[in-house]
Amino acid sequence: MSIRTTESRPVRVLLIALALGFIALFLVLPLAAVFTEALRKGWDAYWEALKEPDAWSAIRLTLLTAAVAVPLNLVFGVAAAWAVAKFDFKGKSFLITLIDLPFSVSPVVAGLIYVLVFGAQGWLGPWLAEHDIKIVFAVPGIILATIFVTFPFIARELIPLMQAQGNDEEQAAQVLGASGWQTFWYVTLPNIKWGLIYGVILCNARAMGEFGAVSVVSGHIRGQTNTMPLHVEILYNEYQSVAAFAVASLLALLALVTLAIKSVVEWRHERELKAAAELPPEAPSHAPTHAPLVLKEAP
Amino acid sequence: MTSATLPVGTVPSAGARPRRRVLPGFHLTLGYTLFYLGLIVLIPLSALLFKTFTLTWPQFWEAVTGPRVMASYRLTFGASLIAALVNVVAGLLVAWVLVRYSFPGKKIVDALVDLPFALPTAVAGISLTALLAGNGWIGQYLEPLGIQLAFQPAGVVIALIFIGLPFVVRTVQPVLEDAEKELEEAAMCLGATRWQTFSKVIFPTIAPALLTGFAMAFARAVGEYGSVIFIAGNVPMVSEITPLIIIGKLEQYDYAGATAVATVMLGISFILLLVINALQGWQRRRSGDLA
Repeated sequence: MSIRTTESRPVRVLLIALALGFIALFLVLPLAAVFTEALRKGWDAYWEALKEPDAWSAIRLTLLTAAVAVPLNLVFGVAAAWAVAKFDFKGKSFLITLIDLPFSVSPVVAGLIYVLVFGAQGWLGPWLAEHDIKIVFAVPGIILATIFVTFPFIARELIPLMQAQGNDEEQAAQVLGASGWQTFWYVTLPNIKWGLIYGVILCNARAMGEFGAVSVVSGHIRGQTNTMPLHVEILYNEYQSVAAFAVASLLALLALVTLAIKSVVEWRHERELKAAAELPPEAPSHAPTHAPLVLKEAP
Repeated sequence: MTSATLPVGTVPSAGARPRRRVLPGFHLTLGYTLFYLGLIVLIPLSALLFKTFTLTWPQFWEAVTGPRVMASYRLTFGASLIAALVNVVAGLLVAWVLVRYSFPGKKIVDALVDLPFALPTAVAGISLTALLAGNGWIGQYLEPLGIQLAFQPAGVVIALIFIGLPFVVRTVQPVLEDAEKELEEAAMCLGATRWQTFSKVIFPTIAPALLTGFAMAFARAVGEYGSVIFIAGNVPMVSEITPLIIIGKLEQYDYAGATAVATVMLGISFILLLVINALQGWQRRRSGDLA
């Protein structure tokens, strides 16, 4: 007789129905609404809204912002993960808490702090005005605020992964005479590549979609300091619903692509884990033990 | 045996004082980490504190306890609390169904759970508003019943439920996956009903994760801006959230007032961050004990 460790069939069906109902109501319906609203007046109106010069400049600014913010946070994430995961030092857990800090700061506060540093009344305001440099209410401020809100993404993904992998392989490479860069490039990087991709796509999604922080530092100058989410807001407040949802649909597509890549990465990662687990224990394992990827957009 | 107990990154050394680090790059990477952290996070955040210190205590107190600000705290924390509680129930349900049962389309549902992480908040905001407004897909059925959700505090709660859902699902899911079937089987063998097994065996295992998820969803909800402002209606004293108060003060060039309220919010988020870290530590110890 097998022991029943699951619910009776009616209970199972009921719970699945409840869960799917909730998902449909709170996740599927809003997603579907974006595309429906965008296409309510047909494809022509949709294309018109996207071809508009202001929409284009918003798209360009969003791409530029992500193109600067993501690589910078990538370099930081790898450096921080190397220092935190491979070495032991005093104050390490406090450092990790500080790295997490931008997750828990309200986006509006994140924007405000840059206004306080670079704004007209801020620390550097008078000096910047003297030298005719604009940071706040201009593109550099948008990029800085975006870097702040996406700051921990890649580091947070890599630290647990590299901690779980330990130092054995890197030490072996060192003993065999590899230089520091060679060790990183040929030993560490292949081991963390899935975590790295994972962190980068999440970082990128947030960088392109950030609203609150960017809204504070942007100044909302059409065609100049409007990112896509800000452009959506302006159009929406002007009751240009179709145009707002058309631009929003591009961001929704970005979200879907992000989720798709994320699923593929998780799937590949799991397959490598399984392959590693199936190696006979005495054989030298090529695929090292990986920590499971866990989405950590911790606040 | 000894090497296994040594912390990561140290080399087993039999008391040799000048301990040599085998791996290179410690000073470079830690130095860069601290430099970048200081430049992007710590110096700008300290600007907030310095600005706050330029206020006298009565000024500060007046800025952070004005009636409109107090009303916004009530809405922000009340709505975040309700949303996080709903997320605990719904998140546990979704995680449970995803881990324990199989049904068609499960992988798609699993991927979709992260949508609120990936979808820009402004898009979520206008989309939820379009759904719940009087002429929206959902709103049109609620309006004849006299229920209005958009442009009301209820709308804030709905936006925050959307934002917080993945936090609970993603913290509970791995714990449920690791939960030992043997314990449940033992409970069954000893004559426990399914409900007893859940409440006495399974629930205590996942309780720390649920609490962590709750705290994360709550912390995120408190600071949330983009998805809320479209649906809230933003009526002072009624449906105005605290981050919007900061923006409002900034737009009136009341930098000191904006800074004071922001400092309160920053303090609260820092406390929540420490609570979450403590909860995660507790959770790790709990799962360590069980393993």
